[in-house]
Amino acid sequence: MCNKVDAVHVPDGFLDAPTSLATGALAAGTVALALRKARTELDDRTAPLAGLTAAFVFAGQTINFPVAAGTSGHLIGAVLTAVLVGPWTALLCMTAVLLVQAVVFADGGLTALGTNVTLLGLVAVVVGYGVFRGLTAVLPRTRTGVLAASGGAAFLSVPAAALTFVGLFALGGQVDLPIGTVASAMTGVHLLIGLGEAAITVAVVGAVLAVRPDLVHGARGLLSAAPLEDRRPVAAEQAR
Amino acid sequence: MKRRGRTLWIVGVLLALVVAGFVSWYASGSPDGLEWAAERAGFAHTAEDGAAAGSPFADYLWNGEENRLSSGAAGVVGVLMTLGLAGGVTWLVRRRGVPAGED
Repeated sequence: MCNKVDAVHVPDGFLDAPTSLATGALAAGTVALALRKARTELDDRTAPLAGLTAAFVFAGQTINFPVAAGTSGHLIGAVLTAVLVGPWTALLCMTAVLLVQAVVFADGGLTALGTNVTLLGLVAVVVGYGVFRGLTAVLPRTRTGVLAASGGAAFLSVPAAALTFVGLFALGGQVDLPIGTVASAMTGVHLLIGLGEAAITVAVVGAVLAVRPDLVHGARGLLSAAPLEDRRPVAAEQAR
Repeated sequence: MKRRGRTLWIVGVLLALVVAGFVSWYASGSPDGLEWAAERAGFAHTAEDGAAAGSPFADYLWNGEENRLSSGAAGVVGVLMTLGLAGGVTWLVRRRGVPAGED
């Protein structure tokens, strides 16, 4: 009864062929670029963490949590991955997860793979990591600050992906529906799912920060700066 | 520090295997957000079975058998395949010769 009918990602048939081809081309271009750019984020230490994070996201996505009467949601994991191993690597990890899900488990359509990479990879990573960077710029440079930024970014990444789907549906949905109907149906439930996304993201990033803060890509240059901040008032007083 | 990195990795993989191979059986069977919204808005019927629907692991079950073993096997296979694919690609594109512990 449990993970039987979950077509958790966009299945084949929701969007027309031109839209699927366009998202396919966008996804392919994104992955090609990510293969070059991820190099700057990956070395002998961080590459194994990237594989682990992808496997963890796959596992996390098998858990549908109830969000409201008669509906459920599951982790996307894009912000989690981007904060842990970097945004370019996160694009590769999310693509790997979606590819395995579509090909082996018939979860998310094969013709919709480009759409799913666009939504759960590109949009969730770009919006999520953008929000994360914006928040870390204004929040305190502490572990709590990094976790709050991760949670806020994870929360917003879910409605961002959902609303992008609404946009794609407006362009190439197979049924002619008033777009407001689709948008309102998608938004409320995905705001709730975003809360679950934030909770899981904060828990996992917090666990890795506790044991190996040096491995967390999104915390680099933030946490190491903390001791310097502590010294600064002393230096300032001495200068006086 | 290197040993802690290895411990983190092993604990992480084991946790992923347990979550996908065991805990997932108890996950909510309710339609997810997209399915729910698709039904509410009226486009759920346009979903089609894709080309992968004939996969032996379709719908996270072995040959469609609805039991813990079948579901657990699907979860374990999925974690290992994702680990292999994502781990393999990221290992191939990494910067070589950067000594561990330096950045």
